[in-house]
Amino acid sequence: MKIENVVCPFCGCLCDDIVVEVEDNRITAVTKTCSVSRSFFLHAHTGPAHPTVDGQEVEWPEALDVTARILADSASPLIYGLSSTASEAQRKAIALADLLGASIDSTSSVCHGPTTIGIQNQGEPTCTLGEVKHRADLVVFWGCNPAEAHVRHFARYSVSARGKLTPQGRKDRTVVVVDVRPTRSSRTADVFLQPRPGCDYEVLTAMRALLKGETSDVAEVGGVSVAQLVDLLERMKSCRFGVIFFGMGVTQTGGKYLNIAELLALVAELNAYTRFTTMPMRGHGNVAGADCTLTWQTGYPFAINFARGYPQYNPGEFTAVDLLARQEADAALIIASDPVAHFPRRAAQWLSQIPTIVLDPEVNLTAREARVVLPTAVYGVSAAGTAYRMDNVPLPLKKIVDSPQPTDEQVLDWIIERVKT
Amino acid sequence: MPKFILITGRTTGQGEALHKGKESDEYRQATGLVEMNHLDRERLASLAPQGWGEPGGGQRVRVRTAFGEAELELRESDLPEGMIFVPLGPAANALIGAETRGTGMPDSKGLEAEVEPLVTSPPKLGGIEGGIV
Repeated sequence: MKIENVVCPFCGCLCDDIVVEVEDNRITAVTKTCSVSRSFFLHAHTGPAHPTVDGQEVEWPEALDVTARILADSASPLIYGLSSTASEAQRKAIALADLLGASIDSTSSVCHGPTTIGIQNQGEPTCTLGEVKHRADLVVFWGCNPAEAHVRHFARYSVSARGKLTPQGRKDRTVVVVDVRPTRSSRTADVFLQPRPGCDYEVLTAMRALLKGETSDVAEVGGVSVAQLVDLLERMKSCRFGVIFFGMGVTQTGGKYLNIAELLALVAELNAYTRFTTMPMRGHGNVAGADCTLTWQTGYPFAINFARGYPQYNPGEFTAVDLLARQEADAALIIASDPVAHFPRRAAQWLSQIPTIVLDPEVNLTAREARVVLPTAVYGVSAAGTAYRMDNVPLPLKKIVDSPQPTDEQVLDWIIERVKT
Repeated sequence: MPKFILITGRTTGQGEALHKGKESDEYRQATGLVEMNHLDRERLASLAPQGWGEPGGGQRVRVRTAFGEAELELRESDLPEGMIFVPLGPAANALIGAETRGTGMPDSKGLEAEVEPLVTSPPKLGGIEGGIV
């Protein structure tokens, strides 16, 4: 059986044109995918069959009882992950955090958390990927490498995509890459600017000054010549519709949210000349959904704590890396995420010192250290649900094959019932 | 030992391999490497013990930051001189600190790192307590 228009739930592109062939309840072939998506779909059936407690297979009721006891006995539990699960499950995780008085944080905090803080400071002149496809004639990628991390972004939305006002695709666009190193993305660009590491703030500030008509008495800023900056600004002012996509190159370096606020300010000021927009390159398939769901449930996008009975927000205090590195969390529920594979070692190590519960379709590195492992269905493969694309457009994920495993939403419901009793 | 600026980040290889399992050989290989410019590699080779970089012997190095160290396979790339790149994964985690400066985000790019050539057999990479030294 061939199923068309399947949404790939892996990265923030949420490509919705995938064709999946299914035989005997197994995915046998996929087309239109990138190599990462292909690997995702073809290996989506390899998870464990049973829950485990202390490495021993157990039945679901026992695993859920142990889970509820750990969480109910915890004085300072942490719920973390959320970005590779559906928004229906994210709602349940927030309800559980509320019930427990827990901290809840998503992978945003080690991804575009600084972007969110920057947006809270500065506002966000943004658009949808549909507008980029149909209108954008100047596309800037700043500190991101979509050719490796968002492989079909160029073809579906931003570079070679053919839209109503960009009928010739790539020929109708000027592509600029700003990065501290040459990448597969920079090799496809018309213009490549290479600042020194950690100098994005200086470069952006210089651009804002030049845009305001200031003149420069230096030849270069942060490794980029002023002539190059003037040239880029002329391109920006004279384009019909511009967009800056940005990534970890700006959020993970010194300055963090200050870099983002400066970039957002530049984009806002460019709107005195033309329509100019910006968008973070969100990594995981529903990390944008984690921000959206947390915000409409609690008022805050990440780094939230319910210990006082109402939501409090404070990055640096209620963010997962900080809670773990300071050894403040005394139990952890990890949903659809692998912090042991992606957190600084000092934070990851604390997860093996406290009772940790993992909800995930696969045995990842965090599950190896966990007290309880609860295997769940894969949203977009063996469960239906909702995910938000990187432009905050929600898309329905399909159920393509049956799974013996429950969904994250069902398991969180079961945990909530047990914690209440 | 020579000093470099360390950048960590995603690669397609790391993205493909993680779906094959984080304990798969593919994932260990995709996340157990460090890239550097060929001129930096040549300078490093001049400091290396005999036998380093010989065919079949690999080019293993120890990367060290203020927060930890990891043994990695060296690869040449077109990075600028003075910069090294390590894909996201357990090795990169061993090299970055947990201080977030009040943001929740560790400094995952732009760290100072030393690189030392090693003549050893490849260690087994793993999770928290795996072969990362």
